[in-house]
Amino acid sequence: MSTVNLKAAEVQVRENRLGSITGFKGTAAELVQCAQCGELTDSERSFSQCLGCSTSNATCAVALIQDSAVISHGPVGCAGRLHDYGFTYRVNGKHRGVTNPQQRRIFSTNMDEHDTVYGGNEKLAATIREVYERVKPNVIFIVTTCASGIIGDDVQGIADEVEQEIGIPVSPIFCEGFRSKIWTSGFDAGYHGVARKLIKPAAKKQSDLVNIVNFWGTDVFGEWFKRLRLRANYLTPYATVAQIETSSEAVATVQICSTLGSYLAAALEQEFGVPEISVSPPYGIEQTEKWFRELGRMTDREAEAETFLREEREKWLPEIEELREKLGGKTAYVTAGASHGHALLGLLKELRLRPLGAAIFHHDPVYDKGVDSLDSLNNLVEEYGDIPGYNVCNKQEFELVNILNRTKPDILLARHGGMTLWGAKFGIPSLLIGDEHYGMGYEGIVKYGRRIVDAIENDEFVKNLARHTVIPYSKWWLEQDPYAFLGSALEAEGF
Amino acid sequence: MSGFIEQQRFMCAIGGMQTVVAIPRAVPILHSGPGCGVMVSGFFDRAKGYAGGNTAPCSNFTEREVVFGGEEKLETLIRNTYKVLDTDLQVVLTGCTSAIVGDDAGQVAKRFAEEGKPIVYVDTPGFKCSNFEAHSLIVNAVIDQYVDRYAYNHTEKDPGLVNLFATIPYQDPFWKGNLEEFKRIFQGIGLRVNLLFGPHSGGVEEWKSIPQAGFNVLVSPWYGLPIVEHLEEKYGQPFYHFPYLPIGGNETTRFLRGLAEFARTQGVDLPKERVEGFVAQEEKVFYEELDSLATFLLEFRYGLPNFVHVLHDASYIIGISKFLLHETGIVPKEQFVTDNVPEEYHEGIRAEMAKISDKKTIPVFFQPDAGAAQQQIREASYPGRGLIIGGGWDKQLAKDKQYDFLSASLPSPYRLVMTTGYAGYKGGLRLIEDIYGKVLDTYN
Repeated sequence: MSTVNLKAAEVQVRENRLGSITGFKGTAAELVQCAQCGELTDSERSFSQCLGCSTSNATCAVALIQDSAVISHGPVGCAGRLHDYGFTYRVNGKHRGVTNPQQRRIFSTNMDEHDTVYGGNEKLAATIREVYERVKPNVIFIVTTCASGIIGDDVQGIADEVEQEIGIPVSPIFCEGFRSKIWTSGFDAGYHGVARKLIKPAAKKQSDLVNIVNFWGTDVFGEWFKRLRLRANYLTPYATVAQIETSSEAVATVQICSTLGSYLAAALEQEFGVPEISVSPPYGIEQTEKWFRELGRMTDREAEAETFLREEREKWLPEIEELREKLGGKTAYVTAGASHGHALLGLLKELRLRPLGAAIFHHDPVYDKGVDSLDSLNNLVEEYGDIPGYNVCNKQEFELVNILNRTKPDILLARHGGMTLWGAKFGIPSLLIGDEHYGMGYEGIVKYGRRIVDAIENDEFVKNLARHTVIPYSKWWLEQDPYAFLGSALEAEGF
Repeated sequence: MSGFIEQQRFMCAIGGMQTVVAIPRAVPILHSGPGCGVMVSGFFDRAKGYAGGNTAPCSNFTEREVVFGGEEKLETLIRNTYKVLDTDLQVVLTGCTSAIVGDDAGQVAKRFAEEGKPIVYVDTPGFKCSNFEAHSLIVNAVIDQYVDRYAYNHTEKDPGLVNLFATIPYQDPFWKGNLEEFKRIFQGIGLRVNLLFGPHSGGVEEWKSIPQAGFNVLVSPWYGLPIVEHLEEKYGQPFYHFPYLPIGGNETTRFLRGLAEFARTQGVDLPKERVEGFVAQEEKVFYEELDSLATFLLEFRYGLPNFVHVLHDASYIIGISKFLLHETGIVPKEQFVTDNVPEEYHEGIRAEMAKISDKKTIPVFFQPDAGAAQQQIREASYPGRGLIIGGGWDKQLAKDKQYDFLSASLPSPYRLVMTTGYAGYKGGLRLIEDIYGKVLDTYN
């Protein structure tokens, strides 16, 4: 059954829609097997640290749309970190041809005690009207919060009512924090709001236009696509409402990370007839080859894709070999979001490093398109072999600290802020590359490899920090099994 | 009913977790939804401290706790926190979810307190108040539930010792530097001071000596007032109230003389020669710099700021306006108090602003909706070169207006502040360096 239903106000959270989990210990192959047999059950922790919630991720999908405004309907704290998107928008515009990026328009209804008792409907309606007057945006998104969700405000009704009045789309995004332990459910909620209210059925097709579901990384696709006679339609950061409306005219949708784009890509395919690529993103040689060939097939540019791959191979393979010489046998640990984490593990294996384990924030047994070929963890295991110590762990720092303290890898590769600190505190060279596009293609393997060599070589800072740092974790904890607080519900029978 | 807010410059009540993080070796334990901690650390800069940020334990409410309550989960969480983290003080903070579903987190914390654990509980759902107000709730809770139980001495006073409440840690980006300067000048005139927060404080041991202080000092127009009023009632400690941040020569001297005078009325032996000797030496250092700067301020032909708009909390608005007008000649135009000051304090703040000059009125607006404040600045126009002192949101505004810009309030992604302070004599000089440094940087 399709997971996409644009008639419904809400999209289900990943736990319910895809059967995703946030607690697992085992190996990557075991997890894949477990997932394929439908035996995946989640595990609870009896000690846990601050997670993150869907609100940020939902906002991430919509606040960087050039002509949008966003209203967080809740207490002011629920929009506390959203200013970050204002910074991102200003500093990264240059990668997307936005030369004079304007301030992001981010509001909070500033819900107070009175509102929680008497309801926040009127206040929300008044806020939408005033935001429209102040900003004159082309779309207003409303992100919900725990407070507005529990008191039962009629966000959908209010949005519809004011939308009629002001004549621009008002899109409610249901992303209350308590609904999901997987904050990437927020992406789905955000994209649901985009797909429902903005994307229009295609009036015509543009045979060279390819949608790219992404964040705000560097414009590597622009250059690659030129060689394939294609044009990149980046969704959704830095896009305009008009551009999103016509994304249905594209010939294909690709994504930089299936964790991010699963829902939007599936919605574009199922509701608007734009096929989604059935191959995991192009990290590592095998996936890069498969991905470009598939893209070539989908866009009728098979010859160009072959030429492209040949040129890339010739240009980069020699240096990849050199890097393998340098890095072969070195040990690594990875902590990252799901699909991007699989990509990083693939890159490490490609460079002949030896992953000692990984703490991956959640696991989706399947993506919205519902095809096996997109199973990035399965692809990883099939191409590069099993990964030991594969831990599904939603940023539970205490587990990571425990593991790093015992494994002491040559390098910690992290994605998502805050985690590299723990490598550094133990004197482990630690690398976080924010730009998701950095490691893609043949070129990406080389760029990543160079950075890893660089991080391992220049470890003076982390060694010094380790000598002076303070660690709040108890000696007792550092001596326990890292999964001591993870319930045993997952000991699936298939093991 | 509160209005909506664009470009928030403060947090909700649970943002008060940074008050806990600022106490050395204390840990906040959140009984809240999963995103609260990340929203807090994402608002503040480098706000992890000892056990905040990703380290802070959290019950991470799910649908199940919303329906069935989360007290059991909290109990397990706290019990395991003692195993996993080495901490001196634990402060349980509740979020909206816990408050709306009606969990009694206080009872849970109390059970651990009865086992002898140094644990404190505070009700901080986001809809209740801002972090400016939650700061007082949390400090008072620590006093009532921790200090009162563990204090060495509740009755005997140490007249030369004072407790200082002058800043909201992390919300004030200069809190560490300001506290350091306060300690220096307090010691300079012969007082010992409990800073209570940050690396220059003595951690929980210092908190235990709160009841012994002869009196308290509040540096703020309004926030923190509930703390000193509470202490007055609880331990019979009067308080010296200085209603804004003293910056530079004039105001720091005024602050110190008032403080010394007050101390004497409390029976502290502060010889006049020592106080005046310290003031004279500090002023000498301060005005030597201003003297040598004056030529530059008066003659630099390529342009320096003539007027300023500040977007900040009330304490900084008054402090910076007084300082810039009298000690640099930059004229304050519309000033925007962005910290959601409760109505009852507006008049006092206006009165203080009115004292800045007997020749001109400085317009002050109470505007937590900083988007509206920006609109007003966009529409205003004055001859000469403008300066905006505000948060990261204001960088684009300054660019659009072609004004100089100094980032000095949160959120502040464009500036790194570690131990810089703007309070006191040293802070005044530093503020001058920062403003004119920015200005000179525009000349390539």
